[in-house]
Amino acid sequence: MANIVYTECQGGQRFWALLGALLMVVAIGAASALYMEHNGHIVTGMSNEIVWGLPHVFAVFLIVIASGVLNIASLGSVFGEMQYKPKARLSGVLAITFLVGGLAILVLDLGRPDRLTVAMTNYNFRSIFAWNVLLYSGFIAVVVAYLVVQMTRTWARYTPHVGLVAFLWRLTLTTGTGSIFGFLIARSPYASAVLAPLFIAMSLAYGLAVFILIRLALENSASRGLGDELLQRLMRLLVIFVGSVLYFSGVFHFTSIYTAWRVGWESYLLLDGGLYTLLFWGLYVILGTLVPIAMLYGRTGVTRQREIVGSVLVLIGGFAHIYVIIIGGQAYPLELFPGYEVTSSFNDGVVASYVPTLPELGLGLGGAGLALVLAMVAMRVFRLLPQGDGVSNADAS
Amino acid sequence: MTEGSQSCGGSCGCGSEAGKVDEGRRGFLAGAVATGATALAPGVTLFAYGTAEAEAAGADPKKRWGMLVDVSKCVDGCTGCVTACQTENGWKTTGKPATDPQWIRKVTLRDPKSGATRSAPVMCQHCAEPPCADVCPTGASFKRADGIVLVDRHRCIGCRYCMMACPYKARSFVHEALEDQKPHAPRGMGTVEGCTLCVHRVDKGVAPACVEACAKSGGAIMFGDIADPKSEISKVIATYATMQIRGDLGVDPGVRYRNL
Ligand code: SF4
Ligand code: SF4
Repeated sequence: MANIVYTECQGGQRFWALLGALLMVVAIGAASALYMEHNGHIVTGMSNEIVWGLPHVFAVFLIVIASGVLNIASLGSVFGEMQYKPKARLSGVLAITFLVGGLAILVLDLGRPDRLTVAMTNYNFRSIFAWNVLLYSGFIAVVVAYLVVQMTRTWARYTPHVGLVAFLWRLTLTTGTGSIFGFLIARSPYASAVLAPLFIAMSLAYGLAVFILIRLALENSASRGLGDELLQRLMRLLVIFVGSVLYFSGVFHFTSIYTAWRVGWESYLLLDGGLYTLLFWGLYVILGTLVPIAMLYGRTGVTRQREIVGSVLVLIGGFAHIYVIIIGGQAYPLELFPGYEVTSSFNDGVVASYVPTLPELGLGLGGAGLALVLAMVAMRVFRLLPQGDGVSNADAS
Repeated sequence: MTEGSQSCGGSCGCGSEAGKVDEGRRGFLAGAVATGATALAPGVTLFAYGTAEAEAAGADPKKRWGMLVDVSKCVDGCTGCVTACQTENGWKTTGKPATDPQWIRKVTLRDPKSGATRSAPVMCQHCAEPPCADVCPTGASFKRADGIVLVDRHRCIGCRYCMMACPYKARSFVHEALEDQKPHAPRGMGTVEGCTLCVHRVDKGVAPACVEACAKSGGAIMFGDIADPKSEISKVIATYATMQIRGDLGVDPGVRYRNL
């Protein structure tokens, strides 16, 4: 371990060009947030029925990725898989930046982002949301500590312990994220304990896909080879994770079908939910799960191209999946009077419509851009990247 | 931007005199920055809750205000209660039902088997176990000692989690800038609101505006203390079969319906 030599990212033309482009995206995000704050949420597609819109899809996606991307570090320090150790620093930094990106979206989408201090000084401990605020800030603190012990010689011996704390914290964090939805008793699309493990599986899959893509991007830009053998392992792992998301998603929907009051939602989502049905089957199940599994499963010598396409598809499918859970789940009408046909001036009994607007997209992309900008800055400033693939000298140590 | 926060002297019964939260915020901001939210939270909670509870003053813990809607008396097509609520609390619709405030709405029910229709007002049900208050991260959503569920509009950050949690679509998010507010019902863009059970009237011993208006049409809504067995409303509830909307959820609404 001590033999691994880490360096900063050296920069270079491509680095600065990409950083510049991402900064533009962040600026668009900031402008969108200002625009929304100034005019109110009327300029978004959100309503009193779809209260959480596209920004929340982005935010949850990024937060889930943040937790999952830390898995690489956990594999190294908690499970003692030597090959992963050189990647632990990058994995930790990405975990922080993706979380910050996601949280930035959540905060800027508040009706009163200026009251952030109110949120930080008034905690309702019965609220899973308030717990999440603590989990998120704690996560950042723990991962920072994890990075510090990894990067300083004196404290290096604490790495496995801090790593374990980070690992457990991350599981709790994702459970917390899933529980935000799982505790909504009145909404048939959500109220399920299976949401927590489903979110953990999603975090593993989407976090790994992001990590693979970023590693491949680094390899291209600064010709840092990621050991081919390691990459093959990661791809196999990705297949397993994507498969487990499908498994938990299956359990989630299957148990719902057998829960009388949730059948309506299930048949809506799986059969006649229009866009949501299409997103679920087309983008999530087929394009985002079955196709990448078919592309990567049981193959040796997978090409770079296949790896990239596979990971991108997993992410597209994951985004669609979260979109269906968050937006589709709200669009399905609340049932106030089971057994009756209801009508009202407030669309009772009607599927709510939602068309996201550009500012929402801008805010969401801005958060993702922020995560990447922060990651690039960290890579430039800190010694995060192992020289060469880091594997050979790790093995030697 | 901050219209809601300025106009109020705390008369709305929301539990926060204007500026109280801000005081707490100032006091703890320096510490929060230094220590980090995690370490600080317990102390702050004590502080904030102490004041909020003190301010829910006026609410008598022995009472539980509630309503009983006799659906058979609710006139189809009548929106007297809705209009009265709008006038009383200063909200209006602009023809965009999905984003307009909806403190109270008329719902029409049709039994698919018999074809019979009924209509009834639906508003915040002032649940005894309000999920909105459980999930609210800042404690802005809260239940007064007398059962009235309110949003402290000075503390609400507009996260809308309460709207996700409410089983009755009883809450509205203020999507647009507002004008013409009533001093007793402060509202603000970016915060969440809902039926206050006309807390400003109830505290003066007057029934909510919808109840008063309905008395002139069908006389379908009854208001009173459902914790007092001798009250008029409790006697009716004890005598006739009444129901709570989605009573199966266990949130124990303070609004009951009869002849549904
Ligand atoms: S009806 Fe909705 S807003 Fe009113 S107390 Fe119950 S959960 Fe809260
Ligand atoms: S929108 Fe306001 S009242 Fe509702 S949960 Fe958030 S902070 Fe609480």
